[in-house]
This record gives sequence, C-alpha cells and structure tokens, in this order.
Amino acid sequence: MTVSPKNTLLQNVIVAAAFINGFVIMTIELLGGRIMSPYFGSSVYVWGSIITIFMLSLSLGYLWGGRLSSRNPNPRTFALFFLLSAILSLPIIFLGEWTMTQVFLSIEDPRYGSLLTATLLYFLPICFMGMVSPYSVRLLVSSEEHSGRMAGLLYFVSTLGSALGTLMTSFYFVLWFEIDQIMWGAIAGLLLSGAAVMIAYRIPVRERTEVQKGSTVL
Amino acid sequence: MKIRIMNRQHNLRAACLALLALVFSAGLHAETLHEERSLYRNIFVTEIEGRRCLLFNAVRGERNQTCKNMRDPKEIIFHYARMTMGGLLINPDPQNILIAGLGGGTIPVALNELFPEAKIDVLEIDQAVVNVARDFFGFVENDNMVAHVVDARVFIKRAALQGRQYDFIMLDAFTGEYIPEHLLTQEFLEEVKQILTPDGVVVANTFSTSALYGHESETYRAVFGEFFNFKMSGSGNRVIIAQQKPLPNQGEMRIAARALQGPLRPYGVNILEFPSSMTTRPDWDESRRVLTDQFSPANLLGQ
Repeated sequence: MTVSPKNTLLQNVIVAAAFINGFVIMTIELLGGRIMSPYFGSSVYVWGSIITIFMLSLSLGYLWGGRLSSRNPNPRTFALFFLLSAILSLPIIFLGEWTMTQVFLSIEDPRYGSLLTATLLYFLPICFMGMVSPYSVRLLVSSEEHSGRMAGLLYFVSTLGSALGTLMTSFYFVLWFEIDQIMWGAIAGLLLSGAAVMIAYRIPVRERTEVQKGSTVL
Repeated sequence: MKIRIMNRQHNLRAACLALLALVFSAGLHAETLHEERSLYRNIFVTEIEGRRCLLFNAVRGERNQTCKNMRDPKEIIFHYARMTMGGLLINPDPQNILIAGLGGGTIPVALNELFPEAKIDVLEIDQAVVNVARDFFGFVENDNMVAHVVDARVFIKRAALQGRQYDFIMLDAFTGEYIPEHLLTQEFLEEVKQILTPDGVVVANTFSTSALYGHESETYRAVFGEFFNFKMSGSGNRVIIAQQKPLPNQGEMRIAARALQGPLRPYGVNILEFPSSMTTRPDWDESRRVLTDQFSPANLLGQ
C-alpha cells in the first residue's frame, strides 16, 4: 500500500528514517577505515576496498529494494529493513576482530585481505540499508505526477543525512567516543527509526484511502 | 601621447626584467630537481647550496622530510636523526634492525655503514619514496638492507605472527603532517613489543610541541613503562627511547657513549652530549588519555 497522503505523521517519519539511514551508512563507512587499519593499514587500497563494497552493496540493495516494493509494499516491511540492518551490523562489533584475524592469517596481500573483510563485515547490513531508498519512494509516492518530486525529496534527505553523517563522524564522533560506542549509536539510530515507523503506522488515521491500484508500478 | 606609450612600454620591460632577475636568482639558490606525485602525496626534491632535501606536500607547510649535504654525504643534518642514534646507547651492537619510514634513507644508510653485518628491514608505504631515496639520496639496497613497500602496522603484525624479532626498532613513519593514527595506538605498540628481543630497544621520533604530546607519552608509558624522553635544544623533536628491561643509568650510558663516539663522529653525531639530556622525568600532562585502536583521533587532537 502507499501511505495515505492524509497520514502526514507516517510520511514525515519515513522521510526522517531515510535521513537517519543515509547518516548511518556514512558513519559506518568512515569507521570502516578505522576498524580495518590495524590489520590492513591505512593505505589507499583499504579505502578502495571499503568504498567498492559499500557501492556494490548499495547498488544491489537499491535493485532488490525496488523489486520488493512492487509486491505488497507496506511500512512493516520497511521497518523490517531497519531491524535487519541493525542486527546485521552487530557482527562488525562482535566478530570484527576475529574475522580480520582469520583473513589476515590466510591472505597475505592486504588489498585482497581488506576487500574480503569489507565484504564479510559490510555487504549484508549495507545491502539492507540500500533497500530503504527505493522502498521509501514507493511508500510515499501516491500519484504518478508527483513521483519525481517525491523521489527527489527522498534523495535529498538521505544524501543530506550522508553528508552530515560523514562530517559528524570524522570531525567529532571519533574525538568524543570510542569506535564501538559510535557503532552502537548507529545501531540504536536504525532501531529507533524502524520502531518510529511502526508506531506511526499503528496510530490510527481517521480516513485511510484505499490501495491505489494505478501506482503499483514505478 | 606617443611618449607616454613609450614610457609605459619601458616600464613594462623594466618590470619584466626585474621579475626575470628575481626568478633567476631564486633559481640559483633553490632548485627543484624532481617532482613526483604518488598515491599518497606530492614529493619534491630540492637542492639549496649543496644541500639536497626531500619534501612532502610542499605547498602546505613545506616540511622537509630529510636533507643531505652533497659535499659531505655522511653528515646527518637533522637533529632528530642524530638523536635517534641515542638508541645505540642502549643496544650498541644491533643485529636485526627494523626501521618504519624511509624518507631519504639517511638513518638506514648510516646504520648499514656502521653495522654492515646487521640485517636491516626498512618499511615504506610509498614506492615513490623508495625510488626517490634511491635516485637522489644514495639509498642502495644490498644483501643486508632491504626496503619493503608495505604499511608498517601490517608488516609488524605479520612479523609477530611469524615469531621474527628485532633488537633495534625505529619508528619514524610520517606523512606530510604527522604519524598515521594507527601507528600511535597502544595495540600497535604492543605488537612492536612482541617483535622486540628482550634486550632490544625501540626508538620513536615524535614532535615535542603538539597537543598530542601527552597522549603519546602516556601511550608509550602504558606499554613500555618508564622510557627516556630525549630532547635537545635546537630541535622541535622528542625522541622516545624505550626497552623492555629496566633502563641503564647515566654511568652505563656514558661508557657506551665513549665507545660510540669515534664511529659516529663522521656523521656529525656527538653522542657524548646525549646521556645528560636523556631523562625519564615526565614533562607532560599525565592525565591524558591513552590512544587505542578504539580511540585514536590523533590528527584531530594534534591540532
């Protein structure tokens, strides 16, 4: 279903969640360089690995999120993406050291070592974070003529979140907190976003419009 | 009207000539011999009156990495580089030397000449720096001295896994700004300690005037305990000299200095001056937080 234009609370919450999602993606990406440097150095190829895997994960997330949005789109699935992203981010905290040690022991070349580590630690959570974007477009677009406008708004908000996430993490968070504390903050942000979507969804709206049959295909 | 134009042309010509003279005379003093852009930085080699210098990111800060007196190639020009020889007071006869950070190769070349039998591994992240050191600063690899193009942390971690050890470890890896963050943490120094023989010495080049000073000092203390905090007037650098067993006293170091005095003289190093400046007294804020892999905003703290 498309979120009813009457349910402005849910609409706003979805937009805010897209912002947090963009923020968290870049926070995790920037910390990736820090997390991997003790094992693979701070060479340019470590960033190469991280950015490659993030871009790959996001691109596939966009693809799959878009496909999923054409089958019974609803805020519950949307909230589920956030829950899964949060859960799949936990291994970065708990299994990161172990994973990197195993990779370090088995792969001598730090280029491929960092590429494999980035894949193991980041592919799944970032994939789900990528799914958020097209799905949020599907939830908020109620008519064909304002679909571009809505997509533009969501790109704007999530990319703005990414910009702020990059800035805050690299300028301030690493100065104020430990890496794991920042990771917990990112996970909390994802969980809160998912929860907020569910709460806004459950709050009854007086006039709910019917499923709009014309807008199932984007 | 015509006269005015002539005048203007004349002025212009004079200005051009003056400018040309300025450029030409400047060229006599500082000549850029070589410029190279690597993956990590811009590298410049300049020569001023027989003094050849290696610079990173010359636009900002113009920090010389190393200089060499072409008329007296043995002379070690920088104070800090001379001060690192203070590590020899702790271990006067190193067999296995590890040096993180090549620069122009001044220190490895000197150690290779002083201890031709010692095995020396030099770690340098940037192939371009290795090339420049070879082409412009006379750094020549040989059977005993090998440069590895690798991140120091990665090399040291693997050396620890393979059980390799060194009895003289020098940490001198700098970017154009400061030491990379992952080479400043407690975990890194623990890894360094793992590859240090029981009698071995660690020599680290740091800056004495940065907001990072206290953090850095506390981190070294957390890993090595008491260390020599070595500063000399005329140098903005502080050299940390640490080992695993208790440090020698002044008397022992003076004896070692007398034996090293002769061999080090051609390098312009007066090692007899060193022991009295090597103190273990903390001169930093001891409440500073230890840097770890979890918390190492070194380059932010340093500003």
